[in-house]
Amino acid sequence: MALLEVRAVTKRFGGVTALDRIDLEVNEGEIVGLIGPNGAGKTSFFNCVTGLVPIDEGTILLRGGSVRLHGVRCDRILRAGVARTFQNLRIFRNMTALENVAIGFHTRTRSGLFDALFRTRRFHVEERMTFTRSLELLRFVGLEGQGDETAGNLAYGQQKRLEIARALACEPKLLLLDEPAAGMNPTEKASIAGLVRRIRAKGISVLLIEHDMKVVMPLSDRVVVMDEGRKIAEGRPETVRCDPRVIQAYLGEG
Amino acid sequence: MNRLPLSAQVAAVLLPFAFLPLVDRNAYHLDLMTNVGIYVLLAMGLNVVVGFTGLLNLGYAAFFAIGAYTYALLNLHTGCPFWWGLPAAGITAMLFGFVIGLPSIRVRGDYLAITTLGFGEIVRITFNNLDDWTGGPNGLLGIDRPVFFGFRFSVNATPYYYLTLALVAVTAYLLFRMIRSKFGRALVAIREDELAAGCMGIPALQVKLVSFGISAFIAGIAGAVFAAKQTIVTPDSFDFVLSVLILAMVVLGGMGNIWGVALGALVLGVLPELLRGFAAYRMLLFGLIMILMMIFRPQGMLGGQLIRRELGRRPKEGSDGAA
Repeated sequence: MALLEVRAVTKRFGGVTALDRIDLEVNEGEIVGLIGPNGAGKTSFFNCVTGLVPIDEGTILLRGGSVRLHGVRCDRILRAGVARTFQNLRIFRNMTALENVAIGFHTRTRSGLFDALFRTRRFHVEERMTFTRSLELLRFVGLEGQGDETAGNLAYGQQKRLEIARALACEPKLLLLDEPAAGMNPTEKASIAGLVRRIRAKGISVLLIEHDMKVVMPLSDRVVVMDEGRKIAEGRPETVRCDPRVIQAYLGEG
Repeated sequence: MNRLPLSAQVAAVLLPFAFLPLVDRNAYHLDLMTNVGIYVLLAMGLNVVVGFTGLLNLGYAAFFAIGAYTYALLNLHTGCPFWWGLPAAGITAMLFGFVIGLPSIRVRGDYLAITTLGFGEIVRITFNNLDDWTGGPNGLLGIDRPVFFGFRFSVNATPYYYLTLALVAVTAYLLFRMIRSKFGRALVAIREDELAAGCMGIPALQVKLVSFGISAFIAGIAGAVFAAKQTIVTPDSFDFVLSVLILAMVVLGGMGNIWGVALGALVLGVLPELLRGFAAYRMLLFGLIMILMMIFRPQGMLGGQLIRRELGRRPKEGSDGAA
């Protein structure tokens, strides 16, 4: 059954059609690669799904059509089970790595200001839970022992991992990764690919934007190709790789 | 120090100040230090919005004024005692914080600063012109001093000094509890990157509004103390210069650092008095010290190194940013 169901989504910025009737599905436990040349509309698509920009037409539904995502504020979309990372890192630089991950648990805990001021039982229980699980997640993404480091002081690759840990803390059903391996060396890229597989093994579906074919092709169950706001191809990685429209989009007119 | 329980930390910092009236019997010094205590409350309150949440508020004196006038009006019309007027002043200021916050926190940065600046002026001008209620420029006179278990406060500043010290202690204690919690982390996350905070499920508008309300509440409390101490409130006590002065305390002390902003209030409260020897050059020196401070230690006296680096550049708007 489709977890995410995107139907005929259109987004225009002034005269530019950034997304032109995009259909896309992500099934439970699937890794879907979203590829395309620069400016194809991949990040715009992520922004639409996560509620950062409103869509003009179409529908975005989660969990077999039971939850509507379009026209909903971004924090509600997160609550519904869609978390993301960003192409240009957006970690909380002046907070520690551990605190960054703890932010992810915001929607998964219930204590509020009252609990904080009066240090209720619930506050203590939830704080302990938050930090125990945040530490686990840091270990999961390979940042063990970095918890007390100020996030802005971490190496670039570590910051990318930290962002993934923070998104995982939201306990999403679907994780959107925007170029998780960009700017990394081949060893780091292989390690990120391994991480994505382990995320899927947790039962989380992944939709990822990635430029490096060596990363995205072996990783994805299915690949969706976009060009100039349109979906031009979709299918198994080996099929898509040979699709003449895809080759044309990447290499230009023969 | 961080190993100590929070109550012990607060006590350790503030306890020396409890001995001041015993050591220094100069009435003028105690009066000054009481005013400094009110400044510390204001700086801690403004820090919630400016330091933790990263929203610039240039009209903070308005909430201070609302607190002062709330107690003054309640007391003069109903004879409401100080101890009821105190929370009433805080709550009224907080309600105004929400009312002002609702439309204005949708705008950011410089625009929010202008909006709050406008609000601050509106409040002062309203108090100045609502003659029937507020006595206009002459203000309200004859506000009752507090009575504490039969002990009547008088012109003597000592009881006021201990009152403000106690309020500073409670405020600092609760603010530390607030910032070391999920809510506190949400505030800082919004300061660091509002868009990412939203994508992590933090309802940014709601959290910013609460932050505005808490900040206004503290100013309202400070206002009630001020009114009870002066026994007179006039609109010119709450002008734009005061808003800027409190902001300067927060920046000088170290944005986002609770003890830092208290130190900022202490320094900026006492410094003009220390410089009295220089007579006419006093404010000139005061300004010079501020400028030098911002050049050589822009993160403030107790601000972290990181804040300094962040201040150097504006947050970048990447291609991920929503329009």
